[in-house]
Amino acid sequence: MSIIVDERTKLLVQGITGRDGSFHTKQMLAYGTDVVAGVTPGKDGQTVEGVPVFDNCREAVESTGANASILFVPPAFATDAIFEAKEAGIETIVCITEGIPTLDMSKLYWWLRLGSVTLIGPNSPGVISPGKSKVGILPSGIFKRGAVGVVSRSGTLTYEVVHNLTQAGFGQSTCVGIGGDQIIGTNFIDALEMFAGDDETEAVVLIGEIGGTDEQDAAEYIKSDFRKPVVAFIAGQTAPPGKRMGHAGAIISGSEGTAIEKIEALKSAGVPVAPVPSRIPELLKKTVENH
Amino acid sequence: MKIYEYQAKQFLARYGIKVQPGDVAETPDEAYRIAEQLGTEVVIKAQVHAGGRGKAGGIKLARTPEEAREKAEAILGMKIKDITVSKLLVLSAVDIESESYAGLVMDRRTKKPVFMVSPAGGIDIEQIARKTPEKILKYPVDPFFGLMPSKARELASFLYSDRQQVKRVMPILSGLYRMFIENDCSLAEINPLVVDKNGIFWAVDAKINLDDNGLSRHPEFEKLRDPEIEAPQERVARESNLSYVKLEGNIACCVNGAGLAMTTMDVIKYYGGEPANFLDIGGSSNPKKVVNALRIIKTDPNVEVILFNIFGGITRCDDVAEGLKEAILELNIGTPVVVRLTGTNEQEARKILSSMGIEVHTSMDEAVKCAVALVGKERR
Repeated sequence: MSIIVDERTKLLVQGITGRDGSFHTKQMLAYGTDVVAGVTPGKDGQTVEGVPVFDNCREAVESTGANASILFVPPAFATDAIFEAKEAGIETIVCITEGIPTLDMSKLYWWLRLGSVTLIGPNSPGVISPGKSKVGILPSGIFKRGAVGVVSRSGTLTYEVVHNLTQAGFGQSTCVGIGGDQIIGTNFIDALEMFAGDDETEAVVLIGEIGGTDEQDAAEYIKSDFRKPVVAFIAGQTAPPGKRMGHAGAIISGSEGTAIEKIEALKSAGVPVAPVPSRIPELLKKTVENH
Repeated sequence: MKIYEYQAKQFLARYGIKVQPGDVAETPDEAYRIAEQLGTEVVIKAQVHAGGRGKAGGIKLARTPEEAREKAEAILGMKIKDITVSKLLVLSAVDIESESYAGLVMDRRTKKPVFMVSPAGGIDIEQIARKTPEKILKYPVDPFFGLMPSKARELASFLYSDRQQVKRVMPILSGLYRMFIENDCSLAEINPLVVDKNGIFWAVDAKINLDDNGLSRHPEFEKLRDPEIEAPQERVARESNLSYVKLEGNIACCVNGAGLAMTTMDVIKYYGGEPANFLDIGGSSNPKKVVNALRIIKTDPNVEVILFNIFGGITRCDDVAEGLKEAILELNIGTPVVVRLTGTNEQEARKILSSMGIEVHTSMDEAVKCAVALVGKERR
């Protein structure tokens, strides 16, 4: 197994004819992802890297049986694109787009929960199950198939951590970038629940950052319900309060959302927290051995 | 994006919520004229993005226009939490009978707009939450139905026991909710919401933050932005699509991706250094972005070393190297530069940089240690 994406993933690329959409379609195909369709309204009949382009999601799903989609759609159109994908019967939606209005996300979040759709992101680098499927913009070369699940709010920081893991001999079952926005479709607990039920995942690396309380909630969940070993890293220990650090969600508001409270919460749940990313592999090794 | 009290009140007024008559003054004479026109006792309020204005002396009463001029003179130019006051709001004073709190915040945990009301108005809501949490009623609003009348009544009844007052405050609560939604707010507070001697409700103070992701839907909000409150480098960064936050240290960093940029700061600290800034050059970076990034870093006089930390993915290492080369030549950068590059087109990037005599590291830890060691050694 693995989570969210695997060899059964039949991918639809929304915004396939754009610069990023076509570039990453090529990259995903090269990785072996089964990209079956693309959608750009009004551009049906074309092909991109040999992938047929449709006018809308419904036609794409009917013709190709796509079951997952990835969005390379500008923020002004992304809400509608997610809506359209769900209405067409897509089960897994990965949203790379950054900048979707928070109010739209609030509605999408609750609306998608009425069905059984998994939304990853927005503002996500995507998901990869090494050796099986890549749905995202993550650089393929650093990943290696294995037993460590990685869940992260960040993009390049995930690459840094995965690079360290792979070099130390730890392959990955699935790496999921859940996104840097304030409201995201899949949070840490959702991803951990999926890893809990995945027989290929033996341990999890959780990469959090300042802002919000998702890491604290995850710590509570790990303490009470999660049985696999977890190690963590939290970015932003030196971040000043009240300033947005790049990601829309990375902001300490008032006294809430500091790195230190997250680190404390995780440690008190028995999760070792690495002081720097380069220390994650040794910490993981020790944690797995002692588990 | 934060907006000022006077701007927030313009929003509220559009939704039928009463605010005191008045205007903005930037000089003592303007304050005099406004007070004269109002013909009432006035309150003069510093317009700054900081709490605790009253305690800092930034809010004063004046009975006559002359007094308004004097008080304005005292407040203008004063510093409140390091912000110099350059604008005042001059308003007709209200006779306060009672004060309450009404606010909405986009809540990350419930993923809904959360309404909060408290009969303990006039103080900071975080303080009420800490000391007397039983005096706050929180209600996550369903984003599809909005604030239904039954819930507006429940919130209103938590604030007031008098039926007339419950009836009068309900449209204020629903107006606040509509304002929040229609303008893509992330926070909207009326604190205090005052009832005067005649039973009339007034939004005596108001605070609104707008959702940065929602601004694209409201291009007209751009004119609400006060360019003076941003550090000049932060403005340049925003205009060139970089995120930059100035810090107090001396090791500047230039990184691709927000998470890695924060981590780079943390790693600098871990090895005994002090980061000078947060700077994310973003995903698909072109050489121009790197030049702009260095232009911003160059304005910080504390910087002694510049550290690049690039994990190539969509960001191509050779693009960054090109930009760095261009910037060093164009901007005449004399500060030592330490580079860490790994990933897409790393070899091409190494070639470009080694031709300029710049050493390239592949590990973040090594690069950071090297930068920390250089601090203080190579002052030029």
